[in-house]
Amino acid sequence: MNKLLCECGHENPEGTTLCQKCGSPLSAEEKSKKIADMRYEGSAIRSKTYNKSIIDKIWNFFSSVKVGITLIIINLIAASIGTILPQEFYISVATDAEKEKYYSDVYGWFGEIYYALGLSDLYSSLWFQLLVLMLGVSIIIASIDRGIPLHKSLKNQRVKRHTNFMKRQRIIGEGKPTETREQTLQLVEQSLKNLKYNVRREDSSILAERGRFSRYGAYINHVGLIVFLIGVMLHLVPGMYVDESMWLREGETRAVPGMDGYFLKNDKFILETYDNVPQGEQIKQGVNVVAKNFQTDVTLYKQKENSVPGQAENLEEVKQYGIQVNHPLKHEGYAFYQMDFRLNEIKTMVFDLTNKETEQSLGQISIDLTNPQEMYTLDNGAQVQLMGYYPDFSGFKEGVPQTATQTPNNPAFIFKMITPETPEGETSFVAIQQTLEPEGDNIYKMKFSNVETRHMSGLTIRYDRTIPILIVGGIIFMIGVAIGSYWNHRRIWVEQLADGTIRLAAHTNKNWFSMKKDLDALTKHAHLPQYVDQQEIENNEHVETEKDGKTL
Amino acid sequence: MTRGIILTILAIAIGYTVYAAVTKDKINIVQAGAQAPDFEVIDLHGEKHRLKDYEGKGVVLNFWGTWCEPCEREFPAMTRQYAEFKHQDVQIIAVNFAQSEFEVKKYVANMGMTFPVAIDKTKSVFTAYNIGPLPTSIFIKPDGTINRIITGEMTEGEIVQYMESIKPE
Amino acid sequence: MSLIDLSGYLLYAAFISYLVGTFLFAGAIKVKNDTAAARADKYGKIALVVTIIGFVAQLGYFITRWMYTGHAPVSNMFEFTTAFGMFIVLSFIVIYITYKVAALGVVALPIALLIIAYASMFPTEVSPLVPSLQSHWLTIHVTTAALGQSIFGISAVAGLIYLLRNVNMNERSKESFWLETVMFCCVLVVGFVVATVTFNAMDYEAKYEYVDTLDQVSTSTYLMPAVFGMNEYVELSEDRMTPLFELPALIDARKLTTVFWSVLFGTIIYLLIRLITRRKIATMFQPLVKRVNSTLMDEIAYRSILIAFPIFTLGALIFAMIWAQEAWGRFWGWDPKEVWALITWLFYAAFLHLRLSKGWEGRKSAWLTVIGFLIILFNLVVVNLVIAGLHSYA
Repeated sequence: MNKLLCECGHENPEGTTLCQKCGSPLSAEEKSKKIADMRYEGSAIRSKTYNKSIIDKIWNFFSSVKVGITLIIINLIAASIGTILPQEFYISVATDAEKEKYYSDVYGWFGEIYYALGLSDLYSSLWFQLLVLMLGVSIIIASIDRGIPLHKSLKNQRVKRHTNFMKRQRIIGEGKPTETREQTLQLVEQSLKNLKYNVRREDSSILAERGRFSRYGAYINHVGLIVFLIGVMLHLVPGMYVDESMWLREGETRAVPGMDGYFLKNDKFILETYDNVPQGEQIKQGVNVVAKNFQTDVTLYKQKENSVPGQAENLEEVKQYGIQVNHPLKHEGYAFYQMDFRLNEIKTMVFDLTNKETEQSLGQISIDLTNPQEMYTLDNGAQVQLMGYYPDFSGFKEGVPQTATQTPNNPAFIFKMITPETPEGETSFVAIQQTLEPEGDNIYKMKFSNVETRHMSGLTIRYDRTIPILIVGGIIFMIGVAIGSYWNHRRIWVEQLADGTIRLAAHTNKNWFSMKKDLDALTKHAHLPQYVDQQEIENNEHVETEKDGKTL
Repeated sequence: MTRGIILTILAIAIGYTVYAAVTKDKINIVQAGAQAPDFEVIDLHGEKHRLKDYEGKGVVLNFWGTWCEPCEREFPAMTRQYAEFKHQDVQIIAVNFAQSEFEVKKYVANMGMTFPVAIDKTKSVFTAYNIGPLPTSIFIKPDGTINRIITGEMTEGEIVQYMESIKPE
Repeated sequence: MSLIDLSGYLLYAAFISYLVGTFLFAGAIKVKNDTAAARADKYGKIALVVTIIGFVAQLGYFITRWMYTGHAPVSNMFEFTTAFGMFIVLSFIVIYITYKVAALGVVALPIALLIIAYASMFPTEVSPLVPSLQSHWLTIHVTTAALGQSIFGISAVAGLIYLLRNVNMNERSKESFWLETVMFCCVLVVGFVVATVTFNAMDYEAKYEYVDTLDQVSTSTYLMPAVFGMNEYVELSEDRMTPLFELPALIDARKLTTVFWSVLFGTIIYLLIRLITRRKIATMFQPLVKRVNSTLMDEIAYRSILIAFPIFTLGALIFAMIWAQEAWGRFWGWDPKEVWALITWLFYAAFLHLRLSKGWEGRKSAWLTVIGFLIILFNLVVVNLVIAGLHSYA
């Protein structure tokens, strides 16, 4: 490592741009600038110094702020692509084949391409997650690369600075004070202390500093982001995160997926609406009533100790709760959320055993679709035998009725009606809007009378042990970003030369407007010569030349 | 030196994340080689079947439903092979997806299924084994570990082969 | 007079105040370096007082509406956008008191006016809260996010003034083109307001039946003459315009019709302005901003973003995540509104990095502040109205 020797005699590490001891410019680039680049206090940024080995190259790549900004922009653009069409998570179809069809049907050729490229599940895709991870790596490496040298510089900075340093600050002042020389520095010290600065004095040099901690703001908020990202990554560790969903009909008890040994019963699903007349925006949306509340009243059960799956008798009741949106049921780290619902699934069907000619009914039977009976006996001795039940009738295959699913979307029955008139029994196939009599004309038919329905609740089960980590990450981030944004680091150097001339330089990392107020107060109180803002002068000159077409 | 260590740690963290993300869905379902979760079901005749009690015997745990066509296709073959393997200490337990007793009994009678059939009314066993598509057959060895998990229809030849491989020595 | 009526009147009063305030701020701009300075200062003070009166009136609208409805008035498009306008005025007042640059008022207040006018085009009736919004997080999350966004808005105001001051409108350049385009877009918003108000005054209403993307029959009520028709439309109202084009179910033809009329009215208004004044709109602002200190504008823009960034993070991301976890069990679901909030956040993060580390100041910075605000408006308009999702409120 080549050391850089400064005029003042101090040896600086390679890559330093402002001398660690006196602040004089060391590199050719620095020397050519009118105003010093104070962003990292002139410390050597590792990545800009070495570029030899492969480790150097990788490190330097991720340490570059340009690369970091590019990664931010790429992430931003990638995320926006996922909003063009709804993501798979939000469309309510289950299998991959159905999804492909959905995108193609609803969105045409664009949808087809969108799905084929995997853009319909963008945020879970590997490449997107890699982009986010790369951004995380960039944050970590860039912070280490810059934060550590910055910290060292701030800690070791000296009170007396080289003339070259002083003259190259944005705010400078030089001249005779308007009062006698002995008092000036004392006035300066006092004035700065009143302005709440931390004042250090060495002979005839003063360094007043305020708000150094705010320089660390960026690094702290980066730590917060990384902690947050770690929290998110931990979702993938088994046991840290459960994300399941279940559909539960009223009256059903079911094992809770992801929560061993627990069962949930849907006692009741409640849907309340407001009794208002539909108004403006509701009419526009085609909404007839506005939902006031949807709530599932549940009972949570637990198996006894040492039980195994399948042993669902003798469950112990744990608690009862009405799950509403914004009010999940919580138990031992698990939470149940009211997500969705479906109304009016057929539960019971009531039929009349009717004489086709006379339209007289011999009696009613009520079939509980969750528990159909083999034989229904009527009061007068007539019987209806249930030969077959097909909840979701989808057609015949070789004469046998088929069911597509187990959900009673399209219930169909094969009845054998045994009456005093027809003791051998008449067979009838009954579906919605369809009655078939395979043995020829029957005397009796099963006439549909009534249904009872029940509702179904869609619940989400969540268990997330990473939440505390996420909260900590968020808090650290907010602290970092607050101290970085709302406080600033101000420094004022004042020195009195042998002939009484006062030389002043000032720097802040942001909010020069307020800094100048401090300087104005100081100038007035200590009778200092007026300071100038070198950057504003430069800007104004620049604007002037632009306007008048003059060149300097 | 330090940077090298930091880069390595980061590389490992990313590598693990990528690996975990890719294999996440596959880890969920109980896997071949793992211990089969113990369970207890009651069959249509009222008899209890507990997996632990079958230690020393092979068990085919089949998950099905009446609407499932592939299930319908493979049941006759399963019934036939059951007749053979029953005497070689391989048991088949068919667990139904919480349908009504009526439907299940009718179906079993029509298909002439001879092995124990149980209804998982609360889907507890289905959940414990994280079953998705039907049919799914879990072949459990006499020591209680899972030999293989088959989702989808099996040919008679496959049924023979798989049941053979969980036969006790 | 009921609370809700009072609320409406207070909003009108605020609107008028801001309008008057705009002109007073224009009068407060120092044109020459002479004794007119004293007069300008007086105008400036009066302008500030009028603006504060307007703000208090709007705050009154906010509070009375809150009392009447029982929930913080930020629950639908009208309520939220009005609140957004209110926060912009608040942020402006604070920045003005700090820096005392009158030109800020001439740009900030009209923007607030445009936003409130836009908001008023949406249904203003009080509607009860749907279950997902029944939470105190509604108040906390939405107001904080709106506040953060409004301060970002002020940065865009400062950025816009910087550009108006520094871009040579007499030259044909990319910058002069885009700057005038920004002005044109503001006129389009006026077009939307004028179109809506016009057809509203005519009580225009036309109903159509159509087939939606899931092949189900539905009705749509147009409040403007149907230029674009919905998929397989059937006219239900008599004597109403027959659509010129029929669109597939995928595109909401009713909304596209609204856009069409807004663009038409807006373009006509813009052309009229150009014809009558014989100048570009950006050029008309230039005398007002001639004496503005560019460096100061640059610093105001930067400082606003610095102040806004933590507030926006807290409101739009952190509170949002906490609420999402309580309501839906997942703190982040990648729904369009969440994604665009993240995009806004990433954009301003990039801005801060570009400024701090790459030294992007002056013009580049000014354009970025304008773009950032456009992203916020995209989230407000397009994500709510066009992209459907859990989060759309109109």
